[in-house]
Amino acid sequence: MQKLVLTEEEQMVRESAADFLFKKAGPGALREIRDTANPKGFSSEVWLEMVELGWPSILIGEAQGGLGFSHVAMGQIMELCGSTLACSPLFSTAVVGASVLSLGGDRLALLPKVAAGNLTLALAIDEAPRHNPQGIATRAVRRGDGYTLNGEKTFVVDGNVADYLVVSVRADEEPEDVLLFLVPRDAEGVAITKTEMVDSRNSATVQINDVTVESVQRISHSGAGLATLQKVLNIANVHLSAELLGIANECFGRTLRYLNERKQFGVEIGSFQGLQHRAAILWTEIELCKSIVLKALRALDESPEHAGLLASTAKAKTCQVAELASNEGIQMHGGIGMTDEFDIGFFIKRARVVQMLYGDRRYHLNRYAELRAY
Amino acid sequence: MRDFCYSLVIVTGNLWGLKSLQDLEEFRVSTRRWLEENCPQSMRQPITEQDICSGGRRFVFQSDDQKLWLDRMAERGWTAPAWPLEYGGGGLNHDQAKVLREEMASITARLPLQGMGISMIGPAILEFGSDALKKQHLPQIARGEIRWCQGYSEPGSGSDLAGLQTRAEDHGDHFIVNGQKVWTSNADQADWMFCLVRTDFEVSKHAGISLVLFDMESAGVTARPIRLISGASVFCETFLEDVRVEKSQVVGDVNNGWTIAKYLLTHEREMIGGIGTAAGTRTLGELATEAIGLSDGRLSDELLRTEVATWEVDSCCHQLTMERVRDEMTADGVGNTSAMIKYYGTEMNKRRFELLMALGGSDALHWKEGTDTQRWLRSKGNSIEGGTSEIQLNIISKRILGLG
Repeated sequence: MQKLVLTEEEQMVRESAADFLFKKAGPGALREIRDTANPKGFSSEVWLEMVELGWPSILIGEAQGGLGFSHVAMGQIMELCGSTLACSPLFSTAVVGASVLSLGGDRLALLPKVAAGNLTLALAIDEAPRHNPQGIATRAVRRGDGYTLNGEKTFVVDGNVADYLVVSVRADEEPEDVLLFLVPRDAEGVAITKTEMVDSRNSATVQINDVTVESVQRISHSGAGLATLQKVLNIANVHLSAELLGIANECFGRTLRYLNERKQFGVEIGSFQGLQHRAAILWTEIELCKSIVLKALRALDESPEHAGLLASTAKAKTCQVAELASNEGIQMHGGIGMTDEFDIGFFIKRARVVQMLYGDRRYHLNRYAELRAY
Repeated sequence: MRDFCYSLVIVTGNLWGLKSLQDLEEFRVSTRRWLEENCPQSMRQPITEQDICSGGRRFVFQSDDQKLWLDRMAERGWTAPAWPLEYGGGGLNHDQAKVLREEMASITARLPLQGMGISMIGPAILEFGSDALKKQHLPQIARGEIRWCQGYSEPGSGSDLAGLQTRAEDHGDHFIVNGQKVWTSNADQADWMFCLVRTDFEVSKHAGISLVLFDMESAGVTARPIRLISGASVFCETFLEDVRVEKSQVVGDVNNGWTIAKYLLTHEREMIGGIGTAAGTRTLGELATEAIGLSDGRLSDELLRTEVATWEVDSCCHQLTMERVRDEMTADGVGNTSAMIKYYGTEMNKRRFELLMALGGSDALHWKEGTDTQRWLRSKGNSIEGGTSEIQLNIISKRILGLG
């Protein structure tokens, strides 16, 4: 059994990612994207460097032009993207998109393009404000060799910039299953509207009106769509947990520095026991997150069939702790923490989006209990 | 030849990694076979407090299997797997000891011996004691012949442990000890005590403390059990009146006891922090299902269901953190992170018992011996003994986070 510590290779990935992200993609970069109303929602320069570092190819097998490296390695990058608030299509394309294609058979042979950073994807599954991957009104009706799709999707992360959408639908011919289709952004009948989000990152609503797709655009075999989607969501949620860990850890680090700097009553406020104990509890909770995130990432690499329970455990825990860390971050910074000029606010905004994406703490607690058969 | 081989493989680092992995796999296979052949079936059941073998002069074995299991394990040194062979231990390295734990857990093998000797004073003597002390005490501990208790807290020194006032006067080759200890677990059952005493009243409070060992049958030692809110308890108050302690029984140097005390507290915290995570015990979810039942596959009370799931998620994360901390452990031990393990583990255990009480409803409020009701009350002490939760948070904030 692999130890619960990073291997040398994974540690190297982590260090090089930290080097790059803290230099090039910190909260300052996000602020610039927001204040210049950059329509792409990320810096092309940062994304290109990520491609050069090989990040989009980490989870893609060597036969498809990828590196075939580990979820643990990718998780280190995701965590640091949380710490730095780095904006890029990395998660939607290299984690979620690459996993959908790898698990679903990649009949359009898109993976080499994803690995090379030449193609981006977005997962369009939710239709209601709270995550419910089986609550699907979007329909597929068979027409000749293909299908016609109709419906509407919301909270489609990077939907406004992705080349392809992965759309979940129901079909009368397979009422128990969920069907997944690859739809090009410029397909006739697809209307994409960017949503202004609290975290200044990309999200969109997608309207699908009589969109024609061919059979080859269908992902995964008949009857395997729902299982594929669940595996993808496990992977997505473990990596979102890594991002939440990064957010929580950075909020805490910044807050701890402030406790040591800020003076009131003639002393550093960090000398007050009322704040010390809250800081110690927060640190403890973050240590717990480090353990479950690493364990869940390892499970994706070693026994993905058992990863569901650990994925929900990780998401439930990191949601709770990221909420606590971002709330305590603002409270302990006091008035300055409420100002837009100060960066801590960016972290609470991003945390809430990541928490809600693909199920918040409550959703995953319920799923945990279901998987435990109670 | 063996040494030569080792130095060769150490030079070629990768090869060494590979070889050690193979060795470890062989060790796992042989351990599994040995356990299969030697662990009595009745020692492969989840362990309750009553089943613990604590050894000692007065210990009465509950079954022949319990004694057989202790003897077989002690013969291999596996009652103290990581201690050196020459002192009655198993001589296992960190990875081998983990393999042994895992293989024992996989057949729910009970620990053959538990207590302050194996977990606390043994490791401290190994780290700080003279060779004579090691030879005298460690083999007896590993064989389960001597049971130990810990003389730390005093009526006036709880959280402020270093303020202790038990006095040891220098009489040449021995000390004469006078004072009172409290919360001494199993003092009335133990054979020997390791005890913090003040050997210098002139210096700062941390600098005048020594750790001494003495036989509980020595003249002047009286132990009296204390009844707790949970009923009868293992805790005692211990009176020390002109107790003679040989100077050869000082662990480490005179007046250097605080260093050892801190080391021991680290061990204790880690041990208490693992409370309620023993292998083989039923999960809270299972207990909840049994207590209130399911409707449509869900626990019949939605709010309790949420609380049970929240607890299980936290518990999983806590157990993984203990595993990670051990995997990251350096030669210096887990250090201050034990404060986190202790804090979280004991708070978890208290939450667990509150949930068990809620699941039991009014039935859980019946006063009966040996029930979860008594264990619920007892759990309130978890976050007090071994340093309160508040002290653990002080340690984290000052020593780990560097807050003034």
